[in-house]
Amino acid sequence: MSAKTSQSRGPGPGRTAAATPAPGRRRRSRLEFALGRHPSGLLLAAPYALFVAAVFVYPIGLGVWMSFHDSFFTAPGVDVPQPFVGLENYATVLSNPAVRASFVHVAEFLVINVPLTLVFSLLLATALNSVIHWRGFMRVSYYVPYVTASVATITVWMFMFNSGGIVNQILGPLAPDPAWLINRFWAMPSIAFYVTWKQLGFFILLFLAALQNVPKELHEAAATDGASRWQAYKAVTLPAVRPATTLVVLLAIITGANLFTEPYLLTGGGGPNGASTTPVFLLYQQGIQQGKPAIASAIGVLLVIGVLIITYASRKLTERE
Amino acid sequence: MSDMQPKPPRHRILSMTLLMLGALVFLFPFYYMVVGALQTKRDPSLSGAIPWPSNLTLNNFLDINGAINLGRSLLNSGIFTGAVVVFTIFFGVLAGYALATLHFRGRGLLFAVVLLLQAVPFQLLMVPLYVLLVRDFGLGDSYVGMILPFAINSVAVLIFRQFFLQVPQEMFDAARIDGAGEFRILWSIAVPLVRPAILTAALVTFIGPWNEFLWPFLITKKQGMQPLAVAVANFTQTGAGFHANPMGSILAGSTVLAVPAVVLFIVFQRHFAETHSSTGVKG
Repeated sequence: MSAKTSQSRGPGPGRTAAATPAPGRRRRSRLEFALGRHPSGLLLAAPYALFVAAVFVYPIGLGVWMSFHDSFFTAPGVDVPQPFVGLENYATVLSNPAVRASFVHVAEFLVINVPLTLVFSLLLATALNSVIHWRGFMRVSYYVPYVTASVATITVWMFMFNSGGIVNQILGPLAPDPAWLINRFWAMPSIAFYVTWKQLGFFILLFLAALQNVPKELHEAAATDGASRWQAYKAVTLPAVRPATTLVVLLAIITGANLFTEPYLLTGGGGPNGASTTPVFLLYQQGIQQGKPAIASAIGVLLVIGVLIITYASRKLTERE
Repeated sequence: MSDMQPKPPRHRILSMTLLMLGALVFLFPFYYMVVGALQTKRDPSLSGAIPWPSNLTLNNFLDINGAINLGRSLLNSGIFTGAVVVFTIFFGVLAGYALATLHFRGRGLLFAVVLLLQAVPFQLLMVPLYVLLVRDFGLGDSYVGMILPFAINSVAVLIFRQFFLQVPQEMFDAARIDGAGEFRILWSIAVPLVRPAILTAALVTFIGPWNEFLWPFLITKKQGMQPLAVAVANFTQTGAGFHANPMGSILAGSTVLAVPAVVLFIVFQRHFAETHSSTGVKG
């Protein structure tokens, strides 16, 4: 999300012209041309750059390479030929109903999580913006789930949502049977509810910041023109929080594509009967548990392509009026 | 704030009610976690949400400690988190300073890489990193293998770059004219100037590895190497069955896992809000 950090003062070509080299330094100009005006910058940036190459660039390349080869785990140091198989891994993955189901589950997650997050975070942020007392307390309590480990909060949810759990005690005859997390229909929605709860605080603060940036004059002008509270909200507030809305959708897609801890713990391994599996869960199952890294890499590549396409499409959709 | 009337208008009462209800939904699971962790016998009924003195005990903490060795798991979490924080800040300050104040060949490319890296999803990296670190280099069940993928953090680089950009460049130029080398400038001028940013970055970075489950889960098989999040999760999945009050022990473990992050957040909440606004939505 921080890709949006203000880039207005970025080290673009514009800034290079700011300082002129000192007169005595002209003889160094050839070295300067090769390394830049401050060669020590290379030295300072080198550790970071080397790390990026080692733990990001090379593994990504390896992942894509593996997805086109028949690769498998070997003992360290053993060199076995891993022949090129073209798109065979992709064909295997796409013809696997379990993989297709996992992508459908992510779609199900998004359909529930995105509207819930949008409605509740906007509602609570609007309420928070209109009260004077207890603001600090509210902000902290909304944000606490976001900074707590998923593992810790998931166990409480398991406790609350299992068969004899407190949620079903309150619901009484309305409680789903079998209980939420072991119910084919409710397993994936339960995950979506949990994630909405866990991340809502982040979005509430995001919307709150956007709301506080709405100029007061706009509301006053709307009131002078005789607009009702709701009309003013629609005409002034909603357009102002539009960028935050785009971000909710974007981050929900990324979260949905990354779901692992929730299906692994909350619904006990993508259960019941594979009703809440996710692509990353299958990546783990196929790639690491069953030792098929080539298949897992193909799932990974497909997942990333899918995320890019949906992200692009949703940006186009939400940014257009 | 602008209209301070003696009686709060109706919409404000409505807002307050809504907010209170919201706070209840957000905080109740935490309250329930602590109550459940202290119960002698699991009581999922409505009255079980009240900590009756007759049903309270610390045995669940002793029980989980016997099963997963809390001290050892906390130590593992601490080493993993501490190392990630130190590396993130070290690499972040160096790269952020270079990107913000120095002109060198490849700077534009490096900045593009920093921005691009944030778009790299971990799911694409997970399997190749596992193959490389665990299979090829035999780093499974080691701190190095656990820490490596998290040692650099592009968000931290961007935070520091932003801070260094706000420092007047004349300060650095003056030091250069006085003959100070870049390392000396960095150490005695730049770093002291961004001390608040270092604290903020450390706090925000802490949350990540402390709460991280997937990667340490993948590369640790030995229980003695597992961070607390992984140990509690494994206990939930497999070990809890034979215990007197399994849910109580699980919740006791969860409480120990949750408390450090929550306390840090409450004590330093101002810093969290800061990064929220400086790295959040702009444009």
